[in-house]
Amino acid sequence: MEINLLAFGQIVEITGKSAWKMAGIKDTNALIQDLEKQFPHLVKTNYSIAVNKKVIQENTAINENDTIALLPPFSGG
Amino acid sequence: MNSKPNNRYQRQIQLKEIGQEGQDKITQAKVLIIGAGGLGCPALQYLAAAGVGTIGIVDFDVVELSNLQRQILYNLDDIGKPKATTAAGKIKALNLEIQIETYNLQITNKNALEILENYDLIIDGTDNFATRYLINDACVILDKPLIYGAVLRFEGQIGVFNYSNFETNIKTNYRDLFPKPPNLDSAISCNDVGVLGVIPGIIGTMQATEALKIICGIGKPLANKIVSYNVLENSFYDFEIAANENSNSDFPKNKAEFLAFNYEWFCNANLDVETISIEEFDTIRKQETITIIDVREIGELPVVDEFAFLHIPLSELEKTLSTLSTENIIVVYCKSGQRSAKAVQLLKEKFPNSQSFSLKGGIEAWKNIN
Repeated sequence: MEINLLAFGQIVEITGKSAWKMAGIKDTNALIQDLEKQFPHLVKTNYSIAVNKKVIQENTAINENDTIALLPPFSGG
Repeated sequence: MNSKPNNRYQRQIQLKEIGQEGQDKITQAKVLIIGAGGLGCPALQYLAAAGVGTIGIVDFDVVELSNLQRQILYNLDDIGKPKATTAAGKIKALNLEIQIETYNLQITNKNALEILENYDLIIDGTDNFATRYLINDACVILDKPLIYGAVLRFEGQIGVFNYSNFETNIKTNYRDLFPKPPNLDSAISCNDVGVLGVIPGIIGTMQATEALKIICGIGKPLANKIVSYNVLENSFYDFEIAANENSNSDFPKNKAEFLAFNYEWFCNANLDVETISIEEFDTIRKQETITIIDVREIGELPVVDEFAFLHIPLSELEKTLSTLSTENIIVVYCKSGQRSAKAVQLLKEKFPNSQSFSLKGGIEAWKNIN
């Protein structure tokens, strides 16, 4: 089961890429765990997660071909 | 004099979605722009050009050389002048038919409600998280639509908070998207990492566009949504925001709670670095030899000539760390105290036993007293 990942803002600096695919992830909690293992700097970083463009706040199931976006806050003006 | 009827707004009145009725709404509208910087400049220009009847401008800052790359209302002669009054002057030269209110001050929880109350809609063009949360909460308490914009590097975010498109009655806000303020590591700003000048130009122009849509009641304002735009990729990506029950816990819910809420603390709660007050700093630097480090970028104002210091911009600090002596007490300052806190964190990681402090309130607070 493949899913699509998109990163924005300073998340891209941490992951080193803005779009990639992952497999074997069943929900957003598992995704966060996996991402933090791959990219330890994410632990200390704030970001919101959107599953298929909807911002989620609680653990959410992930299905095949879903697109998960990681959006950090910006403060620049 | 021009004897023809006033055709200043003819091109937009021609649009059937706007017409004279829409123009009348624009004339009656009152819009407050907080921050006359990269976002505020284009938003101000387009709203003044469109004839928004009353425009308020809030900014406590002065124009610096490093602003001119993106803050397109200003020119070389404006350096050192207050942004709010300078911007107001430029806008008056553009349109004498509108009312401009100038607020040469920093928006705080003590003055926000009485200022915001006078306006129908608020544009956030500020550059720090504490003020963004403050404006968001004020708009929720006063039930005013808030047009949010933020920029970083090659990206921008724009959204409309506290406004429903009447398809639903749901009104979401910044706290539904980011319930917790970012910790120090995420709280980087354009001062630290840069921004392409056209980005705030694009996002500020989009903020003006959303304002005109809401004023005229046309199209689909970005309610309950945030759009992220990346110029390098030429890509837009939408995020739909849902009301978030969990965001309510530490949210001031009324005027009294808002007045009592400490936004600086809320946004710096994760900063675990020692600070030094202005008074302590002045005492100690007169009594003993201390190392003072300015971590602002080159050319930032105000200029400091009252004491000796090392100038190491935060972006250079990590590379330079190993050459620093930690024999003396180190006091780090920046403009407002955010970057210096980050610098002290870096110093402490490298030299856990060093005595390093961040100057509370930054050099601006110091200059206010000295």
